[in-house]
Amino acid sequence: MEDDRQPDERISDPTPIVGAATDISPLGRDIAKPEHERTADEDADVVNWSGVATSSEFKSLVQAKLKFIIPATVFFLIYFFALPVLVGYAPDLMNRKVIGSINVAYLFALSQFLMAWIVALLYVRAARRHDQMARKIVGDLEEKRGGK
Amino acid sequence: MSTSLLMFLAFVAVTLVITYWAARRSRGAAAYFAANRQITGWQNGLAVAGDYMSAASFLGIAGLIAFNGYDGFMYSVGFLVAYLTVLLIVAEPLRNAGKYTMADVLAYRLSPRPVRSIASLSTLTVSTFYMIAQMVGAGALVSLLLPGVGFNMAVVVVGVLMIVYVVFGGMLATTWVQIIKAILLMSGTLLLSILVLAHFGFSFANFFDAISHVTYHDPKTGAELTKNFLQPGQYYFGPTKPYGVIDLISLCMALIFGTAGLPHILVRFYTVPDAKTARASVVWAMFLIGVFYIMTTFLGFGAATIVGRDFIAKNGGTNMSAPLLAQNLGGDIFFAFISSIAFATILAVVAGLTISASTSFAHDFWTNVIHKGTERKAGEEVRVARVTAFVVGVISILLAILLGQSINVAFLVGLAFAVAASANLPVIILSLFWKRFNTKGAVIGLATGLASSIILILLSPSIMTVDPASVTGAARHLIQRAPIFPLENPGIISIPLGFLGAFIGTLLRREPEAEAKFAELTVRANTGLGAEK
Repeated sequence: MEDDRQPDERISDPTPIVGAATDISPLGRDIAKPEHERTADEDADVVNWSGVATSSEFKSLVQAKLKFIIPATVFFLIYFFALPVLVGYAPDLMNRKVIGSINVAYLFALSQFLMAWIVALLYVRAARRHDQMARKIVGDLEEKRGGK
Repeated sequence: MSTSLLMFLAFVAVTLVITYWAARRSRGAAAYFAANRQITGWQNGLAVAGDYMSAASFLGIAGLIAFNGYDGFMYSVGFLVAYLTVLLIVAEPLRNAGKYTMADVLAYRLSPRPVRSIASLSTLTVSTFYMIAQMVGAGALVSLLLPGVGFNMAVVVVGVLMIVYVVFGGMLATTWVQIIKAILLMSGTLLLSILVLAHFGFSFANFFDAISHVTYHDPKTGAELTKNFLQPGQYYFGPTKPYGVIDLISLCMALIFGTAGLPHILVRFYTVPDAKTARASVVWAMFLIGVFYIMTTFLGFGAATIVGRDFIAKNGGTNMSAPLLAQNLGGDIFFAFISSIAFATILAVVAGLTISASTSFAHDFWTNVIHKGTERKAGEEVRVARVTAFVVGVISILLAILLGQSINVAFLVGLAFAVAASANLPVIILSLFWKRFNTKGAVIGLATGLASSIILILLSPSIMTVDPASVTGAARHLIQRAPIFPLENPGIISIPLGFLGAFIGTLLRREPEAEAKFAELTVRANTGLGAEK
């Protein structure tokens, strides 16, 4: 939605500047209302999103997450697709018997279950650290607003 | 009255009591669409597992393994590993930034009306196709499992129960139906696995020795064959399948990327209080689903070795492998138990599909596209969803009865996964991770993914195959011509096309509004700030 009001009008006009109509939740604003005009509810919801997004704490949170997610995703995709590829193109290797009649193909398939569970548990462990970082960011924001 | 009927009636009675209880507790939109966001981690884990493990996995995979050995087990592996995509990439941002549907996350920074329209279309496509496959499966199955209940009757019973759960009980009732079903399914499968092992004197060596020498008769020539069922390739490789390996890889792609785009799985993450619980519920689901799919080893190979291909083929075909195994090992009572679990399985899945379809229509299309994001009257969205659930239910019953006995609908599940992987997942990922991504990209990406998977399946051997004259009725393919597209699974072409469409669409035009709101979306998605409570 275009906002065609003049900059000085924007400050005096308390109507929130919103983007396209959506019902998701109250949106952030480009320019904050004067503090004395805010209701308690609004006060609780106004977040300077781009300010948070460019803060060093938030950047390091996103980096920490990606540092886990990207290698983990690449690893599980390679490990998983190795199964159909090897089964298709290296049948002799996959048909080799390991224990009794059990062959490499079956053990490799079974190892995929173990792999999925291990990656999931490692992710949960890493995510605990991410949760702490996120809580700190949210906590700091609330403290700042509460202090006003 | 037969034992299976009694057990099934007991399940129906319990679920109807739950529906009554849920209907009395359910007030308001968040209660109806998202069970008040009060479901705990382990409960949602069970519900996700119950929503996911369809008749296709319980009866279908057991049958695939019993008939094709190792190749069927590849499905089991793919169905579990797929949850890593859900866990690592989709579940938490979705819970943090959305409200009721997958489209919430897309509409967040893009122009909501075009994006929601096409996302809703894609959701309805995936859900109704998947549902018709399940209903036809239910009809065929029940007429085998409960003699005396015909195909049409079974479809109507499944359809009416599903409508009752969803219309009156909403997400809360659906969730508990799925939880009970997951517990039943897990215990039935565990019991069956133990019986299979007991049959081999609890010796894995004996069990796997038997699997490596399975004897059966070729259905066409009648010659006796002995095969090692642990050897890969009995379904996908061979002189008649020159593209077998590619087809297998393509299937794996649809499974891995499709699960994270299935609307009925995604809506489950809105039923928990926060992203942390959503994560915990995926881990619970991965544990349950993993244990279940490992046990398909015993179900499938057990059926191949103990019951035998020849016997199953004569007594109802592949899908009857698990129930026949139960009958062989545990007698008629156990057969009845496994049969009623199969019925419960179908009910829980179709209820999940109905609620995700009706939520998407009411929330995305009715409220946000037609009425621009505001309800005209309080409670309108829920009312529309209830009516939609009713309509979707009735249409599915009619389509299942009309198509079911004359057309082979097995391709519909593959189609649902292909659409989810090629249309839904690319736009979800790009909207979360690519700042430049915009409305045009989302619309073109969704449309390309949707169209390419549907067209490629129409041209594939699943639809176009010349059957010999001996094949009649529902087993016959829709178009009696040589296939134009050689693969059964279109994923390897349609998933890259979905991404490409989204990418090219984005580059056509810049959308500063979408880029400006990327900061807000990433902060919300990563911190849970302002998430729906």
